[in-house]
Amino acid sequence: MSAATAEHDDHHDHGPEKGLLRWIVTTNHKDIGTMYLIFALAMFFVGGTMALIIRTELFEPGMQFVDPQFFNSMTTMHALVMVFGAVMPAFVGLANWQIPLMIGAPDMALPRMNNMSFWMLVAGVLLLASTLFMEGGAPASGWTLYPPLVLQTGNALPFAIFSVHLLGISSIMGAINVIATIFNMRAPAMTLMKMPLFVWTWLITAFLLIAIMPVFAGAVTMLLTDRFFDTSFFDAAGGGDPVLYQHIFWFFGHPEVYVMILPTFGVASTIIPVFARKPLFGYSSMVYATAAIAFLSFIVWAHHMFTVGMPMAGELYFMYATMLIAIPTGVKIFNWTATMWKGSMTFEAPMLFSIAFVVLFTLGGFTGLMMSLAPVDFQYHDTYFIVAHFHYTLVPASVFILMAAGYFWLPKWTGNMYDEKLAKLHFWLSAISVNILFFPQHFLGLAGMPRRIPDYAVQFADWNMISSIGAFIYGPSQLIFVYIVYKTIKGGTGEKVTDEVWEGAKEQSLEWTLPSPTPYHTFAEPPKEVPTMSTGR
Amino acid sequence: MIKTKQLFAALTLMVTGLSSAHADYTLNLMEGATELSRDVYGLHMWVFWICVVIGIIVFGAMFYSIYYHRKSMGHKAEQFHESTTIEILWTIIPTVILVAMAIPATKLMLKMDNVQESEMSIKVTGWQWKWEYEYMDNGIHFFSTLDEASNKARQKDSGIDPRSVPHYLLNVDKPLVVPVNTKIRFLFTAADVIHSWWVPDLGWKKDTIPGFINEAWTSVEKAGTYRGQCTELCGKDHGFMPIVVIAMEKEDYQEWVMEQKGLALEEASAATKEWTADELIAKGETVYTNNCSSCHMGDGAGMAGTFPAITASSVVTGDIDAQVELMMNGKGMMPAFGQMLSAVDFAAVSTFIRNGLGNEVGDSIQPSAIQAKQSALPEDEGEDDDE
Repeated sequence: MSAATAEHDDHHDHGPEKGLLRWIVTTNHKDIGTMYLIFALAMFFVGGTMALIIRTELFEPGMQFVDPQFFNSMTTMHALVMVFGAVMPAFVGLANWQIPLMIGAPDMALPRMNNMSFWMLVAGVLLLASTLFMEGGAPASGWTLYPPLVLQTGNALPFAIFSVHLLGISSIMGAINVIATIFNMRAPAMTLMKMPLFVWTWLITAFLLIAIMPVFAGAVTMLLTDRFFDTSFFDAAGGGDPVLYQHIFWFFGHPEVYVMILPTFGVASTIIPVFARKPLFGYSSMVYATAAIAFLSFIVWAHHMFTVGMPMAGELYFMYATMLIAIPTGVKIFNWTATMWKGSMTFEAPMLFSIAFVVLFTLGGFTGLMMSLAPVDFQYHDTYFIVAHFHYTLVPASVFILMAAGYFWLPKWTGNMYDEKLAKLHFWLSAISVNILFFPQHFLGLAGMPRRIPDYAVQFADWNMISSIGAFIYGPSQLIFVYIVYKTIKGGTGEKVTDEVWEGAKEQSLEWTLPSPTPYHTFAEPPKEVPTMSTGR
Repeated sequence: MIKTKQLFAALTLMVTGLSSAHADYTLNLMEGATELSRDVYGLHMWVFWICVVIGIIVFGAMFYSIYYHRKSMGHKAEQFHESTTIEILWTIIPTVILVAMAIPATKLMLKMDNVQESEMSIKVTGWQWKWEYEYMDNGIHFFSTLDEASNKARQKDSGIDPRSVPHYLLNVDKPLVVPVNTKIRFLFTAADVIHSWWVPDLGWKKDTIPGFINEAWTSVEKAGTYRGQCTELCGKDHGFMPIVVIAMEKEDYQEWVMEQKGLALEEASAATKEWTADELIAKGETVYTNNCSSCHMGDGAGMAGTFPAITASSVVTGDIDAQVELMMNGKGMMPAFGQMLSAVDFAAVSTFIRNGLGNEVGDSIQPSAIQAKQSALPEDEGEDDDE
């Protein structure tokens, strides 16, 4: 076996192609991962610019900068770009880089499909962005695309729908690849219950994606036929029901938000033990909790629709089911706390972002619990309270963890150390401004400010101004991250990092056993042993 | 570290300084003016305090650990990684807490759902972008739109300071009037897209859905004015369709009902009288500002690609009956104004746009002619304007 491989080695062990073609035709999981991450970062700034347009208009009462219709396009496109262009692709990028490295595989199982799913993502997002320049403007019905309102969209509607189809196909292919890789390409010693939690959470996420993306594609296709082919799926006058769309959408939409948070949990569970210098507390309960959350995500969708007028039994069922999510989510938060407990902690940038994630995600969890109570949700629903809630579970959670992941693995990928001082500055600016940005939105919502309005009554003026100031600090301070990443790729602080980069990381996960920077091809032969510290067995 | 502390202090100062400048902001949910809204508030506070206690325990443990279990403090890492007892405990305790929340929530849910034994019914229909109110018991029927002062101030670059407008964006031309201490059943539906009717002081919101009827109830305890807004994104002017509810003592309410009936009679006789073109144009300008200008713009220029211009439009300068037909039944994003406007307002605005905004057709149409056309419209709203 080893002789045969050695013979193949000089044939196989070539570096990447030269020039632009390397990136267009690459099937290397590291190259594709890099492209996903860079694309996601670029889209993070596109979506962020839209958010800043929104916050600029909301800085003061009165309409100063944009028309209401364009404002609605901005809220819609901000959400679509951030969800489908930034957060999801960023996690796919991490999966591409890390899953093979963490399970001791040479590459993803389906490398060519991997390339295709990336370029379809680019096509889908560009098509979506192109609707901004179409007659009638980009979709302005909110990212949920509720009919009948969405059917009033101008020329953009069919393009937006086709873009959703492309993004869906891309996600499904990515998910198939993740599942195929994890099930077939693990090193022999890497049993399922020895896999790092990042791999576990992605495996579960991939199943979610395969289950939900076709549902969303179906829903938007029904919109398409309602608009152009005289069907009446969502039109009461033809025997349809507009609320049917909401049920289908949220059957997709609720698991979709877990698609963005489960890998977040995985990264946090990977980073915290390294900097606490301890094994992760409750490895198996983490796995079961992730699976439980994924299962529950399929049976709670109508808590997004408490005000549509469901029958009492429906309201109560969705209320109870939603409350249950607090249990596995609580287990995770307790486990992270217990992992830190009696550790020997240091606070480098990845750890800082991870701790901020645990704290601020918990705040988002609390408001989520409050909203699960249907009778109280009648007040919260569609107000800024909700906006505050889901931004707490997305920005200081998913986005913070993506930044943490960047700082955590970048030294491994590039062999260079990032600038810790600048990274800490990035962290503190982000952590403070994100709270100035989103915390006042709780007050606004409770005081009665609806979401998705371009202008507001004057009693909401103060908190809106403070929130906008937070946005003006948070947005630009993310440019520090771009600078740090660029500098690190170009040589970083000049200090060469060791193979394990972080003290004791070798005991936690396989990628730290590889040289730094990670060679273009890794694990041509599977490792004989796998680290057991992170799994505690 | 010192730098971050300074930064934090500066930001805190900025935050507190700014907010003390205006006193009328609130931080928490309002208790409201009904039994239901107080129950909702109570449940909200109950869950809030549970979260605060859990937060103190979890964050307390976390920050204790962050402070004491640091490498720089010389703390050595222990290597434990599970404890069945504690894991069972922190699964069971949250379950018990959830039950403690679910019981009051279920009770309140049942109470809110019970629309039985109501003393009167009001049907609310959402339109882009106004509310229609129909009192099922006495036939009072009107539309309620953003008030003129707010509407002027909210135009882009209006030059009007919103702070100078009383109840900016939360005021309407014709509020909903209800009697106090009366169980009122609301019926909700919509004519075009989904809207949502929310007055925070009543304690709930309900979606209005085209083709379907939703129900909710209230019984306002204190006379007063309660304000709210549409809370379901419903298009361009979603932020500009407020709700004002005035709760009156029962005698005052009866007086108001009589007054409304008188007004309805007056309106009916106005429709039969012969109007001069100048009278119609003068009245039509106001109707245009309140109903048409948000899409077709104050000067009739429209918005390229989305809302057609009125000025020099082939429809407006063409056959008057065809124009009236289109306004009655709507088209695409244009709502059907047939039932929304009174015969007089309809005739006035139809005449105005033909003889104003740069158009000079010279003809006019009488309210009586409009009335004849309106009576031929189907009774119920929600007829479908096929794309």
